[in-house]
Amino acid sequence: MHSSFAALATAAAFFGLSTGGAAALTAYVTNEKSNDLSVIDVETLEVIKTIPIGQRPRGITISPDGSELYVCASDDDTVQVFDTATMELKHTLPSGPDPELFVLHPSGNPLYIANEDDNIVTVVDVVKKTVLAEIPVGVEPEGMGVSPDGKIVVNTSETTNMAHFIDTETFELNTNVLVDSRPRFAQFTADGSKLYVSAEIGGTVAVIDPTNGDIMKKISFEVPGVAPEALQPVGVRATSDGSKVYVALGPANRVAVIDGRTDEVIDYLLVGQRVWQLAFTPDERYLFTTNGNSNDISVIDVAADEVVKSIQVGEAPWGVVVSPQ
Amino acid sequence: MHRTLWFRCLIALGLSTTWLATTPWAEAQEAKVTARVAVVKLLPEAEQPISRLDDPPPDKAFAGAARATADNETTGRFLGHAYETLEIAAAPEDAIGALDGLLSDGIRLFVVVAETETLLAMADHAAETAPDAIILNAYARDDDLRLDGCRANVFHIAPSRAMVADSLAQYLIWKRWDDWMIVSGEHAGDRAMAEALQRAARKFGAEVVETRVFEDTEGMRTSDSGHVLVQRQIPVFMQGAKSHDIVLVTDENELFGAYLPYRTWDARPVAGDAGLRGRTWHPAHESWGATQLQRRFERDTGRHMTDLDYQAWLAVRVIGEAVTRTNSADPGTLADYLVSDAFEIAAFKGKALSFRPWNQQLRQGLLLADGRTVVTVTPLDEYLHQRFRLDTLGFDEPESACSLN
Repeated sequence: MHSSFAALATAAAFFGLSTGGAAALTAYVTNEKSNDLSVIDVETLEVIKTIPIGQRPRGITISPDGSELYVCASDDDTVQVFDTATMELKHTLPSGPDPELFVLHPSGNPLYIANEDDNIVTVVDVVKKTVLAEIPVGVEPEGMGVSPDGKIVVNTSETTNMAHFIDTETFELNTNVLVDSRPRFAQFTADGSKLYVSAEIGGTVAVIDPTNGDIMKKISFEVPGVAPEALQPVGVRATSDGSKVYVALGPANRVAVIDGRTDEVIDYLLVGQRVWQLAFTPDERYLFTTNGNSNDISVIDVAADEVVKSIQVGEAPWGVVVSPQ
Repeated sequence: MHRTLWFRCLIALGLSTTWLATTPWAEAQEAKVTARVAVVKLLPEAEQPISRLDDPPPDKAFAGAARATADNETTGRFLGHAYETLEIAAAPEDAIGALDGLLSDGIRLFVVVAETETLLAMADHAAETAPDAIILNAYARDDDLRLDGCRANVFHIAPSRAMVADSLAQYLIWKRWDDWMIVSGEHAGDRAMAEALQRAARKFGAEVVETRVFEDTEGMRTSDSGHVLVQRQIPVFMQGAKSHDIVLVTDENELFGAYLPYRTWDARPVAGDAGLRGRTWHPAHESWGATQLQRRFERDTGRHMTDLDYQAWLAVRVIGEAVTRTNSADPGTLADYLVSDAFEIAAFKGKALSFRPWNQQLRQGLLLADGRTVVTVTPLDEYLHQRFRLDTLGFDEPESACSLN
């Protein structure tokens, strides 16, 4: 069974290659349980390739020029780097144990990785493949966000319940903001004026002023017929003009749409089961959601705030990223 | 066990070194708030378990508390909060002496690992001599402690027997295995657990078709060729039972339960203290980030985390969470916060844990697990509640004679 699966995957990779260098945008999805990567053509919204990768792939990101794909292979204790032209594994990066989420500096280097087991953030030079720093943070570091100017990296710690602000020049922590239980994700707006931090068990998203760490507002959620404890915010993404913010609500199977000016919830979109992470296409026409328990991707039409398609992927899809061009 | 020593006092040195490694000493000196917690273990000497796989590690409970202290310290570094945890092991009859010693040392935050009688004696003594002291019960499961016998200075981290029984009942009903045969040990705790299962059957719609009491003959120890005897005795004991779907064993001291599976007269699964049961923790639990705590604990100790380790971890984390949020180590401030709507803690169960204000029981999900795997997590989604689904486990407020807050 294993070998036939590998053969299929190899065949898929071969056909993928044979279509060669299409200019179309591509979405990449990590499948945590089937240990593979689903490659989706954004034009046709079809899976065009499935590529076997490392054990328990979770966090995924892409270089600013789209040439390199980075994947946290959590159970292999490594970050894998793929060449997006060939989808071959180029090399791995020293990641520290059990990497789950990371964020790439806007310039494309370095990579900031949350290491859950060691209460540290590891900073890795992606060119020299060396560790630049290990920064002690709170218990169970998880979410990673970077300010648009690249000066601040924010890490969230799930058991300490803080958003830690890391100065990217000095690697020092200059602000620690206490948020609600089990913070999972940190997302700056494109103008850098606001930081959104989701708290999964607390059921809230904190809106933080990055200049001083003050919590300006806490967004909470309410869906008729859904138990309050199932409303568990995880992934967060904001449109580049800051007008709308999308929050994945985990086992509530909904994505909340938030007015970015008032930070009030304006809509809930029904998606697949256990919705986890989110990614826009570069033109922000679509938002993709990973649905871990229904093994699919929901495609949201951003202008209309409607779910327009579900795409079947591998087992337990976790992370998603779209090529920048 | 430690009768010759009045009590044994270990300040966890390993944790202090962690602190030094990550924090300049000057910063440590400047802690604005220091929470001093005593973890007091007062258990009677246990008999040797049936299986040598179940030999209890000597640092059970303490190891969990030490892990939580380290977790609290990591958070405290950012806030100027320091934590000091004392570990005291003594015989149950020395409980009041140990308590007095700690109270005179200024300790007001206690995590107690003791049977009900000992816990109540300590709670009542503390209420008289140090009314501001609070006790977190990490062990005793008696429902009466949460009903008629509740105490204002006691917070229950350990689940009650009714919660544990309801956990199993929810799943058995979901499986439609609703005819139960109970085999109860003869000790008070075993009988109380059998009553809790009877109550769970009434609550969720199962039927207890028969109850048998297994007498502790003290001849059940497996010695050389002891299996020959056991394999003949158990089927005879289980013979002629009314038709049932499953056998539920109550054997809190683990004296005979492990002998039932594969030796019953009828070919039926065996649950309860001999198999599938509601537990606070299991070494195979991996959901909601639990693997992270498993790994931290295993790295500390070189062994798996037990239910009792988890309960001690949770008790010390509850204190840490309250200190973090209130910026105080004052026991009155912490107690008020714990029963307020603001308190919640994430503890690898997928839902926030909080206290039932009427009896200060921590509402929590329970794992339903056998020896090797977690079968499910309760409460199951099918069981609804008008306020908190977690309150489908155990006695709910309208059934409670206790109303503390």
